[in-house]
Amino acid sequence: MSGIVVAAILGVVMMFVGLISKQSKVVRTVGVFCFAILVGTTFYDAYNIAIANTFSGEPQRFFNDMISVTARGSWFNFLISVCGFIYLLIFNKHIARVGKNDAEYFALMLFIMVGVFMLSTYNHLLILFIGIEVLSIPQYILAGSDKDNIKSNEASLKYFLMGAFSTGILLMGITLIYGAVGSFSIPEIAATFQGEVSALPMVGVMMMVVAFGFKVSAAPMHWWTADVYDGTPTAITPFMATIVKVGAFVGFINLFHSAFGQISQTWQLAIAIIICVTLLIGNVTAVYQQSVKRMLAYSSIAQAGFMLFAVFAINDMAESSIIYYAVSYTLASLGVFAVLIKLKDYTYDGFRGLGKSHPLYAGTATVCLLSLAGIPVTSGFFAKYFILTAAMQQGLWIGIIVFAVLMAAVSVYYYFRVIRAMYFQENDTPVEFETSAGEKFLLVFNAVLVVLLGLFPQIIIGG
Amino acid sequence: MDSGALLVILLLLPIVGAVISFLLKNISAWFVGVAFSAITVLLSLIAYTKLVGGFLLFKAVWISTIGANFNLAYHPVAFLMCLLTGLVFLLSFIFVEAKTIDNPGRFYGLMLLSQAGLLGVFLADDAFLFYTFWELALIPVYFLCSMYGGENRVRASFKFFIYTFIGSLLMLVGIIYIHQQGVTQNFASEIFMATGSSLSALEQKVLFAMFFIAFAIKMPIFPFHTWQPDTYQQSATPVTIILSALMVKMGLFAIMTWLMPVLIEGTAMWKDAVMILSVISIVYASAMALVQTNIKRLVAYSSIAHVGLMCAALFSLSSHGEMYLGGQAVVMQMFNHGINILGLWLLVYVVEKRFGTQDLREMGGIAKVAPVFATALVIISFANISLPLTNAFPAEFMMFTSIFTSGSRFAIGLTIFAGLSIIFGAIYTLRMIQQVAFGPADEKKNAAFNDLTWNETLAISVVVALILVIGFYPNLIFNLFNIAS
Repeated sequence: MSGIVVAAILGVVMMFVGLISKQSKVVRTVGVFCFAILVGTTFYDAYNIAIANTFSGEPQRFFNDMISVTARGSWFNFLISVCGFIYLLIFNKHIARVGKNDAEYFALMLFIMVGVFMLSTYNHLLILFIGIEVLSIPQYILAGSDKDNIKSNEASLKYFLMGAFSTGILLMGITLIYGAVGSFSIPEIAATFQGEVSALPMVGVMMMVVAFGFKVSAAPMHWWTADVYDGTPTAITPFMATIVKVGAFVGFINLFHSAFGQISQTWQLAIAIIICVTLLIGNVTAVYQQSVKRMLAYSSIAQAGFMLFAVFAINDMAESSIIYYAVSYTLASLGVFAVLIKLKDYTYDGFRGLGKSHPLYAGTATVCLLSLAGIPVTSGFFAKYFILTAAMQQGLWIGIIVFAVLMAAVSVYYYFRVIRAMYFQENDTPVEFETSAGEKFLLVFNAVLVVLLGLFPQIIIGG
Repeated sequence: MDSGALLVILLLLPIVGAVISFLLKNISAWFVGVAFSAITVLLSLIAYTKLVGGFLLFKAVWISTIGANFNLAYHPVAFLMCLLTGLVFLLSFIFVEAKTIDNPGRFYGLMLLSQAGLLGVFLADDAFLFYTFWELALIPVYFLCSMYGGENRVRASFKFFIYTFIGSLLMLVGIIYIHQQGVTQNFASEIFMATGSSLSALEQKVLFAMFFIAFAIKMPIFPFHTWQPDTYQQSATPVTIILSALMVKMGLFAIMTWLMPVLIEGTAMWKDAVMILSVISIVYASAMALVQTNIKRLVAYSSIAHVGLMCAALFSLSSHGEMYLGGQAVVMQMFNHGINILGLWLLVYVVEKRFGTQDLREMGGIAKVAPVFATALVIISFANISLPLTNAFPAEFMMFTSIFTSGSRFAIGLTIFAGLSIIFGAIYTLRMIQQVAFGPADEKKNAAFNDLTWNETLAISVVVALILVIGFYPNLIFNLFNIAS
């Protein structure tokens, strides 16, 4: 809970820092420092609840039980803050270069973190709605932060229009649910929805599926993704594609497991179909991309297809696995984007000969790509393993699991295309970019984390 | 020290060697490669002396939440495979001069990593650990194939990678499924096997297919073999050696340890189908080998034929008294085939390097200028067609016996068709000897063909010695199994 408060305050502070100091260096340092504080705060939260849980196992409740912080939710908050911190460490220089208002970019990111924390801890549909909005609105601004670039403007407008629509649908869904239950409280909804339900809430649930499907870029609500991710400045895209997306996922899962868990027959099939379509469209389209940035956008759709299994499977494993998947996917994506942003040419050819000219950058990117592809001893393997195990525990759905692993094999094609370009193809003019010892250290640290989590997943899932 | 820890050392030392090699970058990486492979040979021999009742185990918990363990098991079969792994790496390192290799630090580093992966597959006693190493062995080999070799190597090795990866993923689904059905959800081999054999007939049937495709792609068995000739031809020969002498054995070994004992009923149901596929693979590959003009493709197809025979014998499930005839013969042949194919590839490497071509039609008359080479070629080729008094003969004889007594409806037909492979094998192998060593000579080219150098002779003579010693005294290997019972 203190995470939400501290993140909001830090966001405001960050905005004022922009007024006080015009020096980019000061602003960046404060921005990184703010995220460090956030890591500390969320750790304090998680630690507190872990202590409390040894006695009661009860979540901590705030605001008349509108927010209830579970051990799992606070653990997720901590981990995602760490991811955000790593993101800022790697990308802060690049973010500052996007435009003039660097303090605002950091402030908006802090506000987004408020949204993420709300989504992981809400216990009331109003908080869910506020969380979604706090998560989304700063993103619309961030997408358009490169004001002189028409693609960035397009991304912002497109994202805003589509986002506004999906928010409307979400609101309509909430209304219908309220109409059926007479309450916004998740426990009360869960108590009312047992077994068979009437058409009214069913429509409401479906609207929620659509709205969340939009936020997590699940097909067929994925159309905005590639253009928005591509148009957004490359320094911002990794934040959108990872932290924001997994935040929305955790909100998705919280709602469907705790509020609609007992009426899974009404929505499980829909989710299953969405999973298949998302995996198919994400993977197959990614194969045909020429730009690595667009490929990563489609691959993020494909990864969303896997994460949707955690919504689909209503069990304990699913809820822990999404946290692991979130961290694993975030770290791996950050590692790839960190190299991509260095290049002038975003096509596969731009990566040519990188293995020779910058072995360290190529090496860390390779580890991250292997993780995205789900090769053992990287965290990506366990991410897929846990999520498939969770799906397997649902029983009777082996067909879509086999389909999912075949799609994972397709994903190998485009991830390895980057590896091929880096190591097995020569470049006439070697890629040049400035490097720094600090950055190298961070990239190696990130890659080591990916491998470490791949060897000892219990660091995150416990046990 | 607990002798089980020896297995951990055996497994982890190549990784240490790989790291050292990556850091060295220059030609001294060769010493690291040779030293660490020699240590693998030594340790696998030492570990053999520590077997108690045919087993040496190491147990540790890896991830308790999902019941995955870092369990290693050593038994005569694993011993033979680990020994073979060490020998193949050691001999090919000695044979191939380091100065001909571009970026040796990377090369030997990746080689040692794949060695660790292979050892892990042969030692793992936990389904999850096994899967991990199964995939891990693939990654360095993929990089090696793509970095060293012919001009189409990137495409060919990518095809290889995708093929095997799809197979592995299907197997992963199978492993997760079996794991989920267990009363105690644990991957340790004994629990995994108990769970597997308690499944219903239908489940076993489907799961068998999922596992078998993964292994069939690796071996390869018709119709999953299409990646293999391209990859063998395009990869640099030292890498091809790893693929054909060792990675192929991963498939057979995995069938023996992770398929047949886990899905007993499923194996019985699929027995005939697998044997038929294997025999098709034998006949098809032999026929293809007959018409090849590229020496590497010829050896590649001959390798498919041999593996097909081993797979058929493995699935014959026939026993002779107490003894599982097919199984023993296959284990022995896995070792022998590894040695023979190693020798053959090493000689192919010599031909390729000194002639600068893989085309059989452009070769000839080497016997005159390089007698040592020609002698080795003849002996190793004879071993490849399993002539008596070479190592492959007793095992091949036993394999045919086991197919014949398999009790399958098609046993006689299968034996006859499989037998064709002997005739075909003799034809294409002898034709290869003829075209390479004898026949019309191109004087100019052959003048540049110097005989084997000292390091090449050393490696080849170990191969030839193994062929002859095991050929004369096959009990050397058969006796290994006796301590098990």
